[in-house]
Amino acid sequence: MMPEAVTDRGALPAALAEDEILAVRDLSIAFQTPAGRLAAVQDVSFTLRRGETLALVGESGSGKSVTSLGILRLTPRAPFCRITGQVLLRGRDGRVRDLVALPEEAMREVRGRDAAMVFQEPMTSLNPVHRVGEQVAEAIRFHEGLGRRAALTKAAELLELVGIPDPRRRLASYPHELSGGMRQRVMIAMALSCEPQLLIADEPTTALDVTIQAQILDLLRRLQERTRMAVIFITHNLGVVAEIADRVMVMYAGRVVEQAPVRPLFGAPLMPYTRGLLRSVPRLDLAGLGREKLAAIPGTVPDPLDPPPGCSFAPRCDHVEPGRCDAALPGLDLARPEHRVRCVRWAELAGGVA
Amino acid sequence: MGGYVARRVLQAAGLLLIVSMIGFAILHLAPGGPLSQFAAGGDMTQEDLDRLARQLGLDRPLPVQYLDWLWRMLRGDWGASFRDQQPVLAVIGSHVGATLELMLSSTLLAMIIGAWVGILGAVRRHSLFDALATVGAMVALSIPTFWFGLVVIYVFSVGLGWLPAGNRTTIGNESFLDQLHHLIGPCIVLALVSTAVWSRYMRSSMLDVIHQDYIRTARSKGIPERRILIHHAVRNALLPMITITGLHLPTLLSGALVTETVFTWPGMGRLFLDSISYRDYPVVMGILMFTAVLVLLGSLLADLLYHVADPRLGAHGA
Repeated sequence: MMPEAVTDRGALPAALAEDEILAVRDLSIAFQTPAGRLAAVQDVSFTLRRGETLALVGESGSGKSVTSLGILRLTPRAPFCRITGQVLLRGRDGRVRDLVALPEEAMREVRGRDAAMVFQEPMTSLNPVHRVGEQVAEAIRFHEGLGRRAALTKAAELLELVGIPDPRRRLASYPHELSGGMRQRVMIAMALSCEPQLLIADEPTTALDVTIQAQILDLLRRLQERTRMAVIFITHNLGVVAEIADRVMVMYAGRVVEQAPVRPLFGAPLMPYTRGLLRSVPRLDLAGLGREKLAAIPGTVPDPLDPPPGCSFAPRCDHVEPGRCDAALPGLDLARPEHRVRCVRWAELAGGVA
Repeated sequence: MGGYVARRVLQAAGLLLIVSMIGFAILHLAPGGPLSQFAAGGDMTQEDLDRLARQLGLDRPLPVQYLDWLWRMLRGDWGASFRDQQPVLAVIGSHVGATLELMLSSTLLAMIIGAWVGILGAVRRHSLFDALATVGAMVALSIPTFWFGLVVIYVFSVGLGWLPAGNRTTIGNESFLDQLHHLIGPCIVLALVSTAVWSRYMRSSMLDVIHQDYIRTARSKGIPERRILIHHAVRNALLPMITITGLHLPTLLSGALVTETVFTWPGMGRLFLDSISYRDYPVVMGILMFTAVLVLLGSLLADLLYHVADPRLGAHGA
C-alpha cells in the first residue's frame, strides 16, 4: 500500500557529479544553550547544480537561515554550536572540499571566494564607518591579492554591474548615504566580487519595498545567467519563490519536510504544511471573487528544546491521525521523481485533497 | 557645525558663571580667611589687619566682592596671589605644565592598556583572562588613589629603590631621562582608575560591536580574523570611547590633585591644595575657573572628535 520509502541517505551519490556545485548531506546544526542542547537543523540533504536556484522556504525558526550560515560555518564556533554531516563544495579551482571538516584557515579562504553570502538587512550589514568602495574591494584584495588601487577599480566595475549609477564616485560613499536598495546592490557587488560558484542569499529582498524587491530579484537573475553560479535563495515569500527558483525545499522545525521542483511543488504540494503555506499567500487573482479568507496556519512552531514525538507538524496539522502521526518521525519519502515529502499520510491525502 | 559650536560655547559660558558663583560662595563660607593667616603670625595688631582687609577688599559684602571679581575676570584680570602678590595667571602657568604632563601620559597609558584588556576580554569572553580582568578592574576602581600612591612609594621607592619618591626632577639633574624616571610612579598611580574605566567600557563596546551584522558580513567575505577585529570591530568600538574619555576628564583632574599631593608633584593639584590652606582666594578661584574651562573644553573637543570619527554624523552632523 505504501510506496517504497527511499531515504535521502541511500539516494545520494558518493561524490559530486560533473555539473554539481554543492552537495549537503545529513547536515545537522545544534546549539549549546543554558537550557540544553538545541537541534536547530537536522539531517538536511540536497544538491545544487551549476546555474541552478534552490529556494529554502519556511517560517521563522524553521532553521533555514541557520542552514545557510552553517554551510559557510558562520554560526558560532564549537562548543557553542556543533555542525555534523557533509557539505561538499566545488571550488573555483574545481576541487571539491568538505566544508564541515575544513580547518578554519582553509574555510576562511573558501568564504567570499568560492561561496559568498548576501544578508537580509542591507541597513546593518555594511560597516557604517568604512566607505563602500573599500568594503567591496576588501575581499578582492584578500582573495585575489590585488593592490588597493586595482581592487578599487574592480570594485567600481562591480558597482556598475549591479546597476549603481556613477560607480566611480559612489566608491567614496558611506553606507548611510545610500538607499536600502542601493545598499543591497552594494552587498550583492561585494558577494560577487570574487566570482563565487555559490551565492547564498538570505532573504535579500525582505527588508526592501516591493518595487525595489523586483529590481533586486531581476538583478540576481541576470547575474546568475551571466556567471552560471548556483544560488540558494532563502525566503518566506512564496511569490518570490515562484519567480526565481528551480527547486524548492520546505523546512519545518529544523527538518526538510518537502523537496521538489518548483512546478510540482506549487501545482501539487504533498505535505499539509506546504499546502498551508500556499493557502496563506494572498492571491490577487482571487481577491474579490470568492471573498475567500486568508487561511493562516493555526498554532506556532514547536519548541526546539522540546520537540513533539513523531511528525513535528502534527500538533498544527488538519489531517493529524493520532497513533500514526505522533508515533515516530516520518521518513523523507520519494513520492514522485525528484519530489520528496515527510508525511506518513501523503499518499492518502494526495488522493483525496489534491 | 559652526552653529553647534556657538551653542556649546554659550552653554559653557552659563556653566562657568554658575561654577564661579558656587565656588566663590563655598570658599568664603569656609571658616577662617586670608586674614587669619596673617593674624597667626602674632605680630599684627587689629588695626593692621583691618587695614589689610580694606586693601584686599575683604571688608565689603560678599556679593560686591563677587561682582568685583567677576568684572575683573571678564576684562582678563585674574588678580594676584595674596601670598606673594604674583599674578594668578603666572602662578597657574608655572604649574600647569607638570599637571598636563602627568594627565596626558597617564591617559595615554590607560588608553593603551585599558583598550587592549577590554578588547581581549570581549574577544575571549568568559575566559580566565576575562574573569581576571573583570576582578582587576573592580579592585582598581575600589583602591583609593592616595593609598595606592603610598603603596607604590613604599614598595618601589622605599623598599626596592627603583623609583624616586616624589618631585618632578632631581635637583641639579634635569635631563629628559631623569624627568621620565620621576614620571613613572605618579603616572601609574593616576592611570589606575582610568585604565579600569577604559577596559570596562571598551569590553562592553566591543561586545556590542562583535554581534553586529556587519561583522558577520566581514566574516562572510573570508578576510582574516585579525583584520575583522581591528579594521571592522575596534574601529567602531572606539567611537563611544571618545565620549567616555571626555566625561572622565573631571575624575582624572581630581585624581591628579591627590596624586600630585602624594608624589609632591609641582602641578596645579598641589597648588590648589596649598592655596586653599592659605585661603589664597584669587589663586583658588583662578584654578577653579581654569580647570572648569579645561573640562568643558575637553568635552566639547570629545563631541567634535566624535563628529569627525563617525561618518554618519560627519559633515552633515547637527
